[in-house]
Amino acid sequence: MSIRERLSGNEAAATAMKQINPDVVAAFPITPSTEIPQYFSTFVANGTVDTEFVAVESEHSAMSACIGAESAGSRAMTATSANGLSLMWEMIYIASSLRLPIVLSLVNRAVSGPLNIHNDHSDAMGVRDSGWIMLFSENNQEAYDNTLMAHRIAEHKDVMLPLMVCQDGFITSHSIENIELEEDEKVKKFVGEYHPEHYLLNQKEPIAVGPLDVQSYLFEHKAQQAQAMKNAKKVILEVAKDFEKMTGRTYGFFEEYKLQDAVIAVVCMNSTAGTTKYVVDKLRENGIKAGLLKVRVYRPFPAEEIAEALGHLKAVAIFDKADSLNAAGGALFEDVVSAMYVNQKAVLAVNYIYGIGGRDTKVDDIEKVYTELLKISKNGKVGNPYRYFGLRKEGDQNAL
Amino acid sequence: MDNLIEIRWHGRGGQGAKTASLLLADAAFNTGKYIQGFPEYGPERMGAPITAYNRISSSPITIHSNIYEPNYVVVVDDTLLESVNVTSGLKETGGIVINTTKSTDYLKNVLKGYNGAIYTIDARKISEETLGKYFPNTPMLAAIVKVSGIMSDEALLEDMKGSFKHKFAKKPEVIEGNMKALEMALKEVKKI
Repeated sequence: MSIRERLSGNEAAATAMKQINPDVVAAFPITPSTEIPQYFSTFVANGTVDTEFVAVESEHSAMSACIGAESAGSRAMTATSANGLSLMWEMIYIASSLRLPIVLSLVNRAVSGPLNIHNDHSDAMGVRDSGWIMLFSENNQEAYDNTLMAHRIAEHKDVMLPLMVCQDGFITSHSIENIELEEDEKVKKFVGEYHPEHYLLNQKEPIAVGPLDVQSYLFEHKAQQAQAMKNAKKVILEVAKDFEKMTGRTYGFFEEYKLQDAVIAVVCMNSTAGTTKYVVDKLRENGIKAGLLKVRVYRPFPAEEIAEALGHLKAVAIFDKADSLNAAGGALFEDVVSAMYVNQKAVLAVNYIYGIGGRDTKVDDIEKVYTELLKISKNGKVGNPYRYFGLRKEGDQNAL
Repeated sequence: MDNLIEIRWHGRGGQGAKTASLLLADAAFNTGKYIQGFPEYGPERMGAPITAYNRISSSPITIHSNIYEPNYVVVVDDTLLESVNVTSGLKETGGIVINTTKSTDYLKNVLKGYNGAIYTIDARKISEETLGKYFPNTPMLAAIVKVSGIMSDEALLEDMKGSFKHKFAKKPEVIEGNMKALEMALKEVKKI
């Protein structure tokens, strides 16, 4: 039986970490993820977990400590946001290339500058090509569930890649909502113990970790990382199936919400998907065949599956909560559009940059996008594909 | 979403509006509801205007935006009435609860023709009488429960007793005062 609770997204992430009881947690506080190591350190102090908590002096050190711990053969976790992740940047790549299945709770926040502590996805988008598995969470429940599934995916022998669980800073991290928790014993059994094949503290098999990788090897090692990312797709679905057996909650690469018979749809990630579901329901009441595809697994990117799920639409809007500042479009847009092109699905597609720096994402804004999609599907023309919503126009102070 | 009630809190940093919204979420959760309680974080400092929100429903809540058309508004500090448009989007079928001793004429005038119900309560008096200090959030919590009918008086008192025991585990001497503040507020909130 699940336990009915109410927790914030940060509490949900910390609770999952408590139940996982990893060998090492190394973290440095940064808004809005600070509460995760804060709560976790109380679990350590109270003896609820037997984790070695390393209070490091920077995020670079936090990731370095996780790399050290994982190399030694233990299970390590951390949490951060925005500039914290920026400071980890160098070690983020080291972690994935050393094939260390570290699990990171990333509470998404705008990367400075100018300085802003609020939510967007610029932190996550900055590391999308670093070889980490990236799971996105609509609410506290998904932040919790994704964290419980994380180690099973990351530590699978065919994968061995680090994994980050993303959720929206403040919007879900600091919002108290209902949640279904699983019992400690069930979680322990589900997550299992970590027994790495190779590790530094194995006296019977001396190994080197992180030596020079010259021209004759690096390419092959990168290809192995790429293969591991491909392998992760199968593992993610297998773990989701087991998780469903335990909880009854279903997870895939993405969630299709009233998508199958939809004519127009939105593609987005994290908390905006919840608000979009409300809009879809409203539109459906008025006979408009609107749908939603919520991306859960962003890396590996399920290109073929997404193209297949969207292929029947007349028009689709892809939301990016980070602007790539490239005069062409956001990252999710480019991923989705190229997936459709390669898989020969000719759906009219438009990109909306939104919610930057914590700009609130309103029901009205999303409704307007669907109205625009109806127009596009009728006219058969997109016009400018690279747009904004929620952006103030010159002289308009109303949105303030 | 059946029976969705949306509440917006206006207060000043340090008065406990955020805490009150979280306590309300807690209390409603304990009656079996789906809840959201969240503050709008800004450049926080003591005394600056802050906003917090609640959604309470009998079915799951998926919206994750701020609240623009609330059923109820709670104003924890009446000095905000002239600087913040507290009735913005407020449904006239709902109402506004204000911590104030100001006259009916003043309130009607400052609320710029809001035609819904206006409720007042002197949370300062209640707080100072029961707690010896000015903590308006406990009386305001009781006032909004009374006005919105989210739960019965008894359910609120029963639930808060448990919450206070937990919250004030290290200073149990304030539990009785807080309980008295709730009881007084349930009686004293009135419609003008």
